[in-house]
Amino acid sequence: MRADAPSQALPMSRIKPGRIVAWTLLFIGGVIMVTPLLFMLSTSLKDASQVYDLRVIPEAPTLDNYIEILSDGRFTRWFVNSTIIAIIVTLSNVFFDSLVGYTLAKFRFRGRYIVFIAILSTLMIPTEMLVLPWYLMASQFGWVDSYWGIMFPGMMTAFGTFLMKQFFEGVPDDFLEAARIDGLNEFTIWWKIAMPLVTPALSALAIFTFLGNWTAFFWPLIVTTSAELYTLPVGLSSFAVEQSIQWEKIMTGASIATLPTLVVFLFLQRYIVRGVMLAGLKG
Amino acid sequence: MATIKLDRLVKRYGQATVVHGIDLSIQDGEFVVLVGPSGCGKSTTLRMIAGLEEISGGEIRIDGRVVNDLQPKDRNIAMVFQNYAIYPHMTVADNIAFGLYRSKLSKSEKRQRVEQVAGTLGLSQLLDRRPSALSGGQRQRVAIGRAMVRDPAAFLFDEPLSNLDAQLRTQMRIEIKRLHHRLGTTSVFVTHDQVEAMTMADRIVVMRDGRILQVGTPLELYERPVDIFTARFIGSPTMNLLPASLKEGRADLSGGSSVKIPSLSSSSSEILIGVRPQDLALGLSTGMPGFSISGTVVVVEPLGSETLVHIESSDQTVIGSAPGRQIPKIGEPMTLHAPAERLYYFDKVTEKALAAQ
Repeated sequence: MRADAPSQALPMSRIKPGRIVAWTLLFIGGVIMVTPLLFMLSTSLKDASQVYDLRVIPEAPTLDNYIEILSDGRFTRWFVNSTIIAIIVTLSNVFFDSLVGYTLAKFRFRGRYIVFIAILSTLMIPTEMLVLPWYLMASQFGWVDSYWGIMFPGMMTAFGTFLMKQFFEGVPDDFLEAARIDGLNEFTIWWKIAMPLVTPALSALAIFTFLGNWTAFFWPLIVTTSAELYTLPVGLSSFAVEQSIQWEKIMTGASIATLPTLVVFLFLQRYIVRGVMLAGLKG
Repeated sequence: MATIKLDRLVKRYGQATVVHGIDLSIQDGEFVVLVGPSGCGKSTTLRMIAGLEEISGGEIRIDGRVVNDLQPKDRNIAMVFQNYAIYPHMTVADNIAFGLYRSKLSKSEKRQRVEQVAGTLGLSQLLDRRPSALSGGQRQRVAIGRAMVRDPAAFLFDEPLSNLDAQLRTQMRIEIKRLHHRLGTTSVFVTHDQVEAMTMADRIVVMRDGRILQVGTPLELYERPVDIFTARFIGSPTMNLLPASLKEGRADLSGGSSVKIPSLSSSSSEILIGVRPQDLALGLSTGMPGFSISGTVVVVEPLGSETLVHIESSDQTVIGSAPGRQIPKIGEPMTLHAPAERLYYFDKVTEKALAAQ
């Protein structure tokens, strides 16, 4: 007989008040989070005349907006732009943030603490203050209105470095020393031993970075001038300025834009499991 | 196979010196155990041999070659860690094969070596498993397998059994010993457990505060400890130490009793008489030459093969032994005896063993 056989449904008398409070709070939170999404989806299924009709289920649902948006070459272009930028920036962050985080966590060298504080201090400067120096830099190097111009400020982040440093500190040195004795060089130890041990953190970093770049609006808006280089959020916002605000188009574009984030999350969430690392240590 | 030689080996962390210029020569094929309490420098010494710690002074030679500045991977040694350090994201087979990372063997040869090692360690059925699906003992065997597969010049063990439960520890102790017997590879084993040291070592190195106190076979250390620390560290239960004053060929104990002793090379008259619980036995008739002590039984520990008896005599507790089936009552008066030749003498001030002249 298995000791951990699934328990029967809880009788009402055993449901604790704490549970009810938790469920209520979760329900309220869920409603707050989901309502705007529902409206987005609902609006995308309405035609222009129904947009201000606030019913969630449209009177005459239509897919015309989707057909129109997807057959509009500009939208496809923006979608591709956003995908390329988000993927490259995510890969770059996963690589460089963890490389620097690992170095700060596992190597003892003079000035290590100062470097760490310097990186950390950049977290305290708001993006709005950084935009001007970024733009000056971009214009001096001729990066304005280019992919690289959009991507360069985010190729490595202080937050990612800090996150990875904290996680690498939890990787026992024994793993690294065993690999050192087995003859791996320092880069291979990081890549083959340390990185697989922090997969949950890498997944979290990848999700945050991808989402952050996928939805980035302010900087891409500033650094791009030609419509072919717009990212999705910038492109969608252009629907609002050209003639009048085309809510149904914006909402259709936004609905399509949420799909990749869902895919990324569903793909990576299974890697966010705790306890992977400890399995190789004392049990 | 290799010899290992430490010559005036020093390790400093900033101002603090943790290993004070130790000398040690380990023969080819020898199983040497470094033993001592926490912070005695035994693990640091092992890590310096492995190349995981820089050497602050002195020299390490492996097979005659100075390795001070060699990387760990270039020293041809393998190490087994206290926490096993087997990689959780790899299977047992991959973990063992990792020991061959730098080897130029073909894939099939590597596979063959892995299977051979797994066979030796009883891991053949587990090759496709991940470490999370293994027991503590199996994980430690994988760690040993990864070290073995390379056929290194020497094995270094850093307290590899301390995370196992008592039964597994005994079993692994025997396995490692048998393995050493079969492979004959020079091994250095670090532990704080004197039973492990006694049962596994060809030679034991007792360390304290970054210095070597004594090097010898387990029996040498048991029979001829150089000082109080070694005397109490080796042997279980620990040796009884009773303060006494020297007077005309006799030693007067604090309880009023007196024992005839050989003349000692002591400069002071205050000494400590040491007697191992196994030598201080119940049941010998009074009047026999040697040492005897009387008191009241305060604790009885029946172990089956023998019974340990703690008696209280003039404010100090002394441990003696009785035959296994004899279990004295608490509060019962008792006299324990030890033959004169089983007594140890130590200088009370220097704590060094005193030789009979």
